[in-house]
Amino acid sequence: MRITNKIIEKHGLKLEEFENIKKLMKRDPNLLELGIFSAMWNEHCSYKSSRIHLKKLPTKGKQVIQGPGENAGVIDIGDNDAIVFKIESHNHPSYIEPYQGAATGVGGILRDVFTMGARPIALLNSIHFGSPSHPKTKSLLNGVVSGIGGYGNCIGIPTVAGETKFNETYNENILVNAMAVGHAKKDKIFYSRAKGINKSVVYVGSKTGRDGIHGASMASAEFDENSEDKKPTVQVGDPFTEKLLLEACLELMKDDSIIAIQDMGAAGLTSSSVEMASKGSLGIELNLEKVPCREENMTPYEMMLSESQERMLIILEDGKEEHARKIFNKWDLDFVVIGKTTNTKNLTLKFHNKLVGEIQIDALATKAPVYKRKWVRKKIKKSKLDIKKIRDIKFEDALIKVLSSPNHSNKSWVTNQYDQMVMGDTVQRSGSDAAIVRIHNKDKAIAVTVDSSANYCKSQPKIGGKQIVCENWRNLISVGAKPLAITNCLNFGNPENEEIMGEFAECLEGIKEACEFLNYPVVSGNVSFYNGTNKKNIYPTPVIGGVGIINKLLNPISHKLKKDKSLLLLIGKTFGHIEQSCFLKENFSIIDGSPPEINFFNEKNNGEAVLNIINLGLANSVHDVSNGGLIVALSEMAMSSDYGIRIEKPKKIRNPIEYFFGEDQGRYIVEINKDNLIKVEKVLKKNDIYYELIGITQKKYFEIEGLIKLDINDLFKINSRWYNQF
Amino acid sequence: MNSSVIVFPGSNCDRDIAVALEKMQFKNKMVWHKDTTLPKSDLIVIPGGFSYGDYLRSGAIAGKSLIVSEIIKAANSGCLILGICNGFQILTETGLLKGTLLRNKNLKFINKDVNIKVINNETKFTSKYNLNQILKINIAHNEGNYFTKESHLEELNKENLIAFKYCDEKGVVNDRSNPNGALENIAGIFNAKKNILGMMPHPERMVDEMISNTDGVNLFSSLLNK
Repeated sequence: MRITNKIIEKHGLKLEEFENIKKLMKRDPNLLELGIFSAMWNEHCSYKSSRIHLKKLPTKGKQVIQGPGENAGVIDIGDNDAIVFKIESHNHPSYIEPYQGAATGVGGILRDVFTMGARPIALLNSIHFGSPSHPKTKSLLNGVVSGIGGYGNCIGIPTVAGETKFNETYNENILVNAMAVGHAKKDKIFYSRAKGINKSVVYVGSKTGRDGIHGASMASAEFDENSEDKKPTVQVGDPFTEKLLLEACLELMKDDSIIAIQDMGAAGLTSSSVEMASKGSLGIELNLEKVPCREENMTPYEMMLSESQERMLIILEDGKEEHARKIFNKWDLDFVVIGKTTNTKNLTLKFHNKLVGEIQIDALATKAPVYKRKWVRKKIKKSKLDIKKIRDIKFEDALIKVLSSPNHSNKSWVTNQYDQMVMGDTVQRSGSDAAIVRIHNKDKAIAVTVDSSANYCKSQPKIGGKQIVCENWRNLISVGAKPLAITNCLNFGNPENEEIMGEFAECLEGIKEACEFLNYPVVSGNVSFYNGTNKKNIYPTPVIGGVGIINKLLNPISHKLKKDKSLLLLIGKTFGHIEQSCFLKENFSIIDGSPPEINFFNEKNNGEAVLNIINLGLANSVHDVSNGGLIVALSEMAMSSDYGIRIEKPKKIRNPIEYFFGEDQGRYIVEINKDNLIKVEKVLKKNDIYYELIGITQKKYFEIEGLIKLDINDLFKINSRWYNQF
Repeated sequence: MNSSVIVFPGSNCDRDIAVALEKMQFKNKMVWHKDTTLPKSDLIVIPGGFSYGDYLRSGAIAGKSLIVSEIIKAANSGCLILGICNGFQILTETGLLKGTLLRNKNLKFINKDVNIKVINNETKFTSKYNLNQILKINIAHNEGNYFTKESHLEELNKENLIAFKYCDEKGVVNDRSNPNGALENIAGIFNAKKNILGMMPHPERMVDEMISNTDGVNLFSSLLNK
């Protein structure tokens, strides 16, 4: 079959890329080989547009065992315990088929984690939908939430935290990012690097079908009006089989049978075999007729490009086959030796003893294209905000508007569809600043959270990049955890557009600076470009997933107010930064001006002091101040507890609207007992931290002197309405 | 007291119940579904999860597995059997308990802490609770909407075979306090001999103050005191 330009285009390759392939192969590829190149060279697998920027991120630290480049990142939490985690996008499939797209997103990220020898202990997600008034939003929301729940609930891993947001920028391109966190023994981590020649290459798990062929290339293109036609490329998830695969793999991992293991994710058998061989500088030979197939007459092309779920490739030590086979048979899973490692440094594909394809591993992996795409810095637009006008709004109305908006409503409609309790170690469930999951049989725990701030990133990507990392860090501090490392999911528009590429480059600059300052390295992640439809790109939406450690789990801290008549301290300075705030967006539909700046020194100083106060046992509850400002943070504390608050009329402020709704960064509210004030002040003064004593807790009422007085039950009702009426 | 937890492919609360049993000083063994003999057991637990992925119908395939005939034999000779969540669904599929569990009324998976009321405290499973005591217990299911035919419902009421009913925090049993649409707010039932209990709420999730509360503890301590 002659490779025409049309075929090349259909594979998502550029003509100059095809020329490059011919040069590397020193001949024309056949169709199978072309398919393999398209799978490995697409944006999703090759990171060709993002690589040069990703390299700049800090990835090292005392706590890091494995940084980016493996199936997932690994960090050290002491006592031979390691935490393995990663976040990944499944945006394109979820828009086309929301239930299966979201479900297989969860399945894929779980495999990345247990491939490394970790038992998954928590799932998180960040999901972004279009405007609630868009006709598709409701069914997409329903499908995605039940898909995430359907997979996690069935496999029996708790979904403990996440965010659900709405913004018209996602009308035609939703975001579904799933994060998995696992626990492993530090000395029993498994990697994907092949070692040794003539070792058995084993296929385990589900059979291969025709689903998901070219899924990775689909995820590397923009949508158009024909996107619905792409439904057949969305894979179908089977969480039951994944549960069996998880248990079988962990059982085999108890001894030393495995040399290398890699899940078959995007680009299936192709990327798994190439990655293992490439990392080990080896070749790999596959006999494709041995691949277990679900459908009849499957061709080598289909087998190599299928993205059927719940499959793994394992390279076994000599003589371990029977032992391994027994385990997989016990779990009713396929186990077939389909090939071997070689010293040729080629991917060699045979079908019934006939050579059907042969490509240098390097050509597919290390020699894949890397682009230095053009990018431009964001032009800063001056705010046209008429501040006097907005100050006239009635305070109570403004608060009600924010609390009843889709983005700030109580999300239990979503989180009640996720099993948060299975595995018996969820100390703190969704709805807090961060979830807390205990390490099984130990008295220590990890805290986990995901965050994004698309509006901030759109207006000034670099500040936005800094801000999300800091907010994520703050969320972990707020539950008494020492932040250790992050994973990032970088959701952007079309990288061939230099403004979009600029958003990417600048966001990464911001993320880099924040991670460096806070010693908060990036250990894993994923880039998703081409989020947009018909040239309309989404807002830049990097999502940060953070993990922190609570070394001694005694009294877990949350934002739930604990006592009557305790004191409320606001830590960090309030300037009243109202541009880009939720207040403006929800009350006036204004998205204007700059996001709040980040002061790294104060951020770190304030956070460490708060953590110190928590560790000294002086805090009753803690909440970070973020979206919606001080007033929203205070109402969240009240709504989650049995107590209200009474805030004194603040002195020396410009205006209550800016004071209470401003979104200045680096701030926390801390509830303390009166008796502890002196001790807390000592910590704060010693570190030169700005703080204000703003009020006390009280029964029944949410009250700010002279501004607002509401029954907390009414506040809760206002906040709980939206989802149930949607 | 010796307990056995049956593990099906897709069971996922097996570890949780084992942890709870061991914490309560049971001598527990895990039993694989392909096993053909049961270890000596005073209590058999069929745990929650998605046995066989809930394919065909929740509990349907597990209800036909090898170990089930042993469980039925043990049940008939008076051994105590506790089925939680998917375990309850499996027990109805085996016929050891009557009735069935339909899809939740709102057609969604529900995970939350709900209140249930102890309706019968004169059994080996519930003797340590007070009558009408209100417990806060976590539920996590797609199919928890208990349904049975009228004659059986009459029997359940007449013979005092309803173990727990969903209620509100004040103990009121009505539609508003019914999370899944179950007939008469039924959350758990006994068989006629009261040696088998099937319940949708997860008592094993409520044995640790750090995680939730300890409202599930007395179910296990009742069993120890048989």
